[in-house]
Amino acid sequence: MLHTVNKSPYERNTFDTCLAHVKKGSAILLIEDGVYAAIQGTAPAKKLEQMMKTIPVYVLQPDVEARGMQSRVLDGIKMVDYSGFVDLAAEYPTVQSWL
Amino acid sequence: MTESTGGIDMDEETSGVVKKFLYVNRKAPYGTIYALESLEVVLIAAAFDQDVSLAFIDDGVYQIVKGQQTKSINVKNFSPTYRALEGYDIEKLYVAKESMEERGLTEADLLVDVKVVSATEMADIMAGQDVILSF
Repeated sequence: MLHTVNKSPYERNTFDTCLAHVKKGSAILLIEDGVYAAIQGTAPAKKLEQMMKTIPVYVLQPDVEARGMQSRVLDGIKMVDYSGFVDLAAEYPTVQSWL
Repeated sequence: MTESTGGIDMDEETSGVVKKFLYVNRKAPYGTIYALESLEVVLIAAAFDQDVSLAFIDDGVYQIVKGQQTKSINVKNFSPTYRALEGYDIEKLYVAKESMEERGLTEADLLVDVKVVSATEMADIMAGQDVILSF
């Protein structure tokens, strides 16, 4: 399953709820304000680091750049563009869009 | 005067009232329309020569982060506008210290000169206003 999160981890609990429901074999893609969870040196990033031991984590590059966060993304998180987003959606049998 | 009121001819009697306006910004810039809307209203108050202050709290601090490039998401990058506020005599920009730190940001990451304040100091700033508009 591909999980997408589009809310800031500081404003909503969407990110935490997603993390609590991710199983092995799934992946997480952070989009829109969800990309703020991927910023190094923050509490959400610490949770992601733990998650990344078993689950691949991606961020949508256009959303990272729009927010000026391009140099602050946590190491090990993969950047994808829109076509990469489509590839991920096609690769996993289901997409869970956490809103 | 007519220029700053959009061509409406206001007499000195009605246009002379200056109030202290504080705009409280608590949302990230592109996920919702709040940040852009706030900026629009800030400019309106400036056009009426009001005493304007801006506060950036919680995700609002993301609005003034350097290096925003919105070309790929096809949305207007309005962050340069914050740098233009000085030209409208809007120079009182306050940023919540705790919010900045929680997000791994420092003053050097911001695109405008701001005053970094604690929640207690921010509360005092709020207490000194005539009007508070929240976004």
